[in-house]
Amino acid sequence: MRAVITVIGKDMVGILAGVSNICVEYKVNIIEVTQSIMQDMFAMIMMVDITEANAPFAQLSEALHNFGEQNALSVHIMHEDIFNSMHRI
Amino acid sequence: MLNTNDILETIHMIQDENLDIRTITMGISLLDCSDSDIDKACDKIYDKICRYAGNLVKTGEDIEAEYGIPIINKRISVTPVAMVAAACPDKNPVKFAHALDRAAKQVGVNFLGGYSALVQKGFGPGDYALIESIPQALAETERVCSSVNIGSTKAGINMDAVAKMGHIVRECAEMTADNNCFGAAKLVIFCNAPEDNPFMAGAFHGVGEPDCVVNVGVSGPGVVRAALAKAPDANITEVADIVKRTAFKITRMGQLVAQEASRRLCVPFGIVDLSLAPTPAVGDSVAHILEEMGLESCGAHGTTACLALLNDAVKKGGVMASSHVGGLSGAFIPVSEDAGMIDAARCGALSLTKLEAMTAVCSVGLDMIAVPGDTPAEIISAILADEAAIGMVNSKTTAIRLIPAIGKKPGEDMEFGGLFGSSPIMDVNRYSPAKFISRGGRIPAPLQSLKN
Repeated sequence: MRAVITVIGKDMVGILAGVSNICVEYKVNIIEVTQSIMQDMFAMIMMVDITEANAPFAQLSEALHNFGEQNALSVHIMHEDIFNSMHRI
Repeated sequence: MLNTNDILETIHMIQDENLDIRTITMGISLLDCSDSDIDKACDKIYDKICRYAGNLVKTGEDIEAEYGIPIINKRISVTPVAMVAAACPDKNPVKFAHALDRAAKQVGVNFLGGYSALVQKGFGPGDYALIESIPQALAETERVCSSVNIGSTKAGINMDAVAKMGHIVRECAEMTADNNCFGAAKLVIFCNAPEDNPFMAGAFHGVGEPDCVVNVGVSGPGVVRAALAKAPDANITEVADIVKRTAFKITRMGQLVAQEASRRLCVPFGIVDLSLAPTPAVGDSVAHILEEMGLESCGAHGTTACLALLNDAVKKGGVMASSHVGGLSGAFIPVSEDAGMIDAARCGALSLTKLEAMTAVCSVGLDMIAVPGDTPAEIISAILADEAAIGMVNSKTTAIRLIPAIGKKPGEDMEFGGLFGSSPIMDVNRYSPAKFISRGGRIPAPLQSLKN
C-alpha cells in the first residue's frame, strides 16, 4: 500500500531528515520526494510504500503528527487512493 | 506521480474548508424480526442490530485514520418500525424505541433512524399506534429518530395524517420542553420520502432495500464556497461549472469511502448521497455559498434562483463521480444548523415564506425551524400540507422539521447545541387554516403521477 506524506510549514533545517528518520524507524520505503519553497513556506510531498511497515498505520500517523507538532509544521499521511480518486477519472 | 497542486488542494479542503464525510449509515432490515410477542420482537431487533453493526463504528474510525478524511457520524437506519409493530397491535410500540436505543448505545452510533410509518395513502395496521407513540418514544430515548411519510406524487397527500402530525409535532416539543423541545428535532415529516437516505433524522431502511446496506452522505459547503471565492468575477455559467467540478471531487471521496466501508463490513454498497450538508461551524454554510454568488444576505430576492443553480450543479457534478447516487442528494437548508442561515434569520433577511419558496428548488423542506411555542396544531398541520404539496407536485422530496419552542416568542432564541446549532424563533402567519385541516380525507394524486 502506498501513502502520501505532506509537510507544510515554515522552512528550517532538518525537516526532510526528521521525516526520513521516522520512515526508517517504521520501515517505510520512500519512493519519491518533491518539495517547493514559496517565500519562506515549505511544502514537501513524499510518496511512500508502507507495505513492509513494522507498525499499524495509526501509529505511524501519530509519530508524524507529533513530529509536526514539535516543529510547528503541519504533517499528514494519507492513503494514496484518496488523491487518485479525487483527481483522476 | 500525483500532481503537487492536486495533493495540496485536497489537504487544504480537509484542513481549512471542512471537507468531510458526513455519515456512514448502515441500513438494516427488521422485516424478519416481527413477532406477535413484542418482547421477543424487541430481542430479535436488538440482536440483529448488534450482530450487523457491531463493527460499524470501528470500521469508520479505521477508514478515517487511514485515508485522513474525517467521517463525522456513523449511524443506522432500520425498516419503518410500524411494519414490525403491526404483528403485535395491542402493545405500546414504545418498547421498540427502547430496544433500538439500547442497540444504538451498544454499537456506539449517535443516532438510529426508522421509528417511522409510511401513511401517504392511509393508515395500515401498526401505523396509527406508532404515530401516537412518537412523542413518548422521542422523549424517553436518546438516539432514536422518527419520521412519517404523509404524501407522495403517486399517492397524493393523506390529510388525516397531516392533521394528526400537527398535534404530534406539538406533543414532541411539549414532552421535551425542559430539554429545548429536542424531541421535535428528532421527528421528520416527509412527502416522497427516499428509502435510502443516510441523513438523520429522516433516515429509514426502505422495504425494497436489501437485508443490509451501507449508504454514505458527503458534505462540503465550505469547499464549494471557497472555490467560488477564487472566481469573484465569473459569470453565472462559470459559477455553475465551478460548483460542478467541486461537487465531482467531493463525491469521488464519498464513493471511495463508501466502497471501502462496504468491502470492510462485507455489506453491499447502496448509494452515495450528494448533499451539501451544513453545520453551525464557521465556513461550513450553504447560505454563505449563496452569498458568495452575489447576494448581500441569504433570503434576499434572488436566493431561490441561486439555490436552484447550486442544487442542480451539485447533482450534475456528483452524479458522474459515483456509481450509485440516491438519498436526498442536493443542498440542505436547515436554519439552526447553518451559520449563514442563522444570521440571515436573525437580521430579518430570511423569512419563513422565503424558506418555503426555497424548498421548491432544494433537496429538502422547512428544516430545523423554531416556531413560537403557542403555534396551534392546525397551523403546524397547514405548514406540513403546504410543504407536502410542493413535494407532491414537483416530484421531489420535502422533509419538514419544525420545533415549536414551548414558552418562547418570536425574536427569542432556541439553543440546541452541537451540530444542531441555534435558531431565532420565526413567526408564522396567524390566520386560521383550522377548517381546511379538520376536513380530513386525501388530496388526490396530481396529474404528474400518471406517467405510465
